[in-house]
Amino acid sequence: MPELAAELETLALVIEIGEMPVRVKTNDPAFHHMLSDRYAGFVTASEHAEIEFNVDLLAPRAGDPDADVCATQRAGRWSLTRGDFSAEWEPDSRRGWIRQSANPYSIDSVLRIVHTLVLAKKGGFLLHSASAIRNGKAVLFAGVSGAGKTTISRLAPSDVTLLTDEISYVRRRSDGYVAFGTPFAGELAKIGENVSAPIAAVYLLAQGPENHIDAVSPSEAVRSLLSNILFFAEDEDLVRAAFDSAFEFVSRVLVSRLTFLPDSRVWELIR
Amino acid sequence: MSKLFVARDSRVAARSLDGEMMIMSGRDSTLFTLNRTATLLWQAADGVTPLDEIVERRICVEFEVDPSVALQDAESLARELANHEILQVSKEPILQKSAGASR
Repeated sequence: MPELAAELETLALVIEIGEMPVRVKTNDPAFHHMLSDRYAGFVTASEHAEIEFNVDLLAPRAGDPDADVCATQRAGRWSLTRGDFSAEWEPDSRRGWIRQSANPYSIDSVLRIVHTLVLAKKGGFLLHSASAIRNGKAVLFAGVSGAGKTTISRLAPSDVTLLTDEISYVRRRSDGYVAFGTPFAGELAKIGENVSAPIAAVYLLAQGPENHIDAVSPSEAVRSLLSNILFFAEDEDLVRAAFDSAFEFVSRVLVSRLTFLPDSRVWELIR
Repeated sequence: MSKLFVARDSRVAARSLDGEMMIMSGRDSTLFTLNRTATLLWQAADGVTPLDEIVERRICVEFEVDPSVALQDAESLARELANHEILQVSKEPILQKSAGASR
């Protein structure tokens, strides 16, 4: 039955974020097209992938995308579930599957979770923060929703390259840390540039009547960092890894508090 | 009055920074910052030293407090930390393969 074989042709694309290529395979041309658009700038022509997911599309259902993620590991296999998707991933074979409806948000969450799990083993993490490159160095602006991540991103002058206004990608290197652009956008609804730079500083965002930068103690820096690191798994080893990563990061990267007015003059402090 | 023994739970990550002991639960990743008294108790909680000895040798030496009042406070504190599953409390010595890493 050649007609049926043609209908079931598998389409694939490789989405590379933070130097980790992930191949996504689907039988649905419209979904493939949607992913190509959604991750434009992060889709590579490379054949190599560190992880491969087969996506099984289900009929839309009333799953809650705001439900808590459950990420558990059993017998070397990760199980990832939320109201709107279920997925499994086996790190040893580097393969997994995702069951979801044809929407970009579910797979976006799976990618975030998988990246956090992989990064945690390597001393890196995803951080609730905007990030940008200026003068060849990356700066991160950390804070919870409403702290000003999108605002400071929107105020960035033209010589600033925006990496993300929502989720920063941090990898450890032997000589420090590097931030990568991500397609994980916040209220700005604009994906970051797919570039990277060494991290020079992290600013904990606060809004106030004037622009100023204040020192914070290392313990406050660690606490703030830990409260903004994306964390999904209830796994003792990964908790320890994230905990140690926060301390290591603070020992190498300057963390300060940036109080700012919502106008572009704040960028005069960021050089 | 029976003795109490306390031991650091092995399922936590802990580090001291700026004199503050920070502990993260491996169970649910909740972060705790201990005050000076709780830090002394945590550091001395080896599972085999009775709580009254810890209070006498570590807490009463550091703070000018009545030993009986200090012991009462230390018991309350130990049970509170145990409720958060970052410390174990027992009427018998607690033998562990390895106590929670504390740097």
